[in-house]
Amino acid sequence: MSTQSSVLFDAPGPRARARNKVYTVITLILFAIGLMVVYLGFNDTLRKPELSLFSAEAWAVNPEGEWTADKWEPFLRPETWTYYVIPGLRNTLTAALTASVLAIVFGLVFGIGRLSDRWWIRVPAGAVVEFFRGIPLLILIFFTMALPIVADQLFDIAPGTFQVTALAAVVTGLTLYNGSVLAEVFRAGILAVPKGQSEAAKAIGMTRAQNMWLILVPQAVSAMMPAIVAQLVVLLKDSALGYIVAFPEMLRSFTLLATRENNVIPAAIVCAAIYIVINLSLSRFAIWLERRNANRGRASVRPADAEDGPEGADTTTGPAGTVAVEPTVQEPLPDTAREDSDGDDDGNPKKRP
Amino acid sequence: MEAFLNNIDRVVDGFSWTVRLALLSALFSFILGVLLTAMRVSPVPLLRGLSTAYVEGVRSTPLTLVLLFCGLGLNSALGIFLSDTVAWDVFWWAVIGLSAYTSCFVSESLRAGINTIPLGQVEAARSLGLTFTQNLRLIVLPQALRTVVAPLGSVLIALTKNTTVASVAGLGVQEASSEMKLMFDRGIAPVLPTFVGFALGFLVLTLPMGYFFSWLSKRVAVVR
Repeated sequence: MSTQSSVLFDAPGPRARARNKVYTVITLILFAIGLMVVYLGFNDTLRKPELSLFSAEAWAVNPEGEWTADKWEPFLRPETWTYYVIPGLRNTLTAALTASVLAIVFGLVFGIGRLSDRWWIRVPAGAVVEFFRGIPLLILIFFTMALPIVADQLFDIAPGTFQVTALAAVVTGLTLYNGSVLAEVFRAGILAVPKGQSEAAKAIGMTRAQNMWLILVPQAVSAMMPAIVAQLVVLLKDSALGYIVAFPEMLRSFTLLATRENNVIPAAIVCAAIYIVINLSLSRFAIWLERRNANRGRASVRPADAEDGPEGADTTTGPAGTVAVEPTVQEPLPDTAREDSDGDDDGNPKKRP
Repeated sequence: MEAFLNNIDRVVDGFSWTVRLALLSALFSFILGVLLTAMRVSPVPLLRGLSTAYVEGVRSTPLTLVLLFCGLGLNSALGIFLSDTVAWDVFWWAVIGLSAYTSCFVSESLRAGINTIPLGQVEAARSLGLTFTQNLRLIVLPQALRTVVAPLGSVLIALTKNTTVASVAGLGVQEASSEMKLMFDRGIAPVLPTFVGFALGFLVLTLPMGYFFSWLSKRVAVVR
């Protein structure tokens, strides 16, 4: 990010620095105005025209506004967490984990099915994946909830013979939708494995199934791991749709709390904070996986170039800057390796210390 | 199937709200997304920080919560109204929520597009003396937009499907999914044909969009 953004503009000179300072001040002022509007708006004083903006009364915490301690105090009580938040979080995680496992299985089955040589496997698998990927998750959940009615209407099974719980509906919906997306991920991953891998597997006499499960799938899964984790973040976020079908997940516990304590805005802020912490850590995990894959990939192709590896430091590249001045000829390195080692983009060789 | 077809005006009405939600949110989220991206790559560190915080924060929040916040929080609890009629009031709140959420994904796609532009393009522009805004407007964004046509298409498809969440409590926009739920619950038409009908409706919206954007992305691709 930092390297990319610094490419769009030169290193600022005195005038640009002054200009940037002006922009920063303007942004700060706009940001402060924004914060004030939010503060006063939530404080419920913005809609009272008789109050002057400069009076202390407008800025004091309004007992009827959202900043009053009464509305935030519930989050300091342990019962709030034990009665509302933690059971809700547990339900959210139950739904998300169950659906994750099922979606990965669904994705593997249909992703591989779409690659089958037999058309009567390939075509239906493709149709299923495209169908569930193309329709909204919510109408899938509604339909699953309505399955007892379908059974009654089509097969004369008396209503009440079986019930679809909200959890089952949410998990089914999440599995079918995210499983279909994961099927595409797996398919792309398997297609991206170099052809030589399959050919080598055939050459040593592996069957098609062995080739798939021992050679292609493991490599595809490890290559696609970041995409899989990113999709699981989507799945976790989508589990909040359970709110709409009254599944007691975290969002619903927070709205129940908000109704009881009459603190919608504070509850929404705390709830969002919890979701953000969970999802950001998962996203960071995906990025870390991606970096690790990239590092491994580079290490396997050009081991000499691994500057962060323990053996890379003292071989050919040497300390940064030395290569550009005095190219050593122990090993012919690709040009990119030499450019990397200078690393400061100014085009001048560094002065020797 | 007949009972479903007899109620086709309900279906059409539901989908008309879906399409209106999707189109307006697409427009606003695109504008906001471009703005967020420009902030994200700007020379002012504070702007970069604000944009990053917004994108990362809202992207990690479930859409249901964003829309609930608009509906139950800003609309009901704080009593901010955007229109005199309830239907349009909740509609505009849904558009705001969907745009706020979707703009993050637009911005992420655009940023990925900017990352694909060869360094030489920007360096050449800088050596010609183009300023940051000129650089962004004349060199970077036109190329970035061309490379992200396909991802932006996926964002639009996701947005179309996400409009169903606007039926959530506190908003209750009468879009397609809430019409479907209504037809289920009131027994207006048998469930299975109704579901298939609405699913086909969504496929009719999303599948051509997918084909159109993959055609368009090839059509405008930059040769490098």
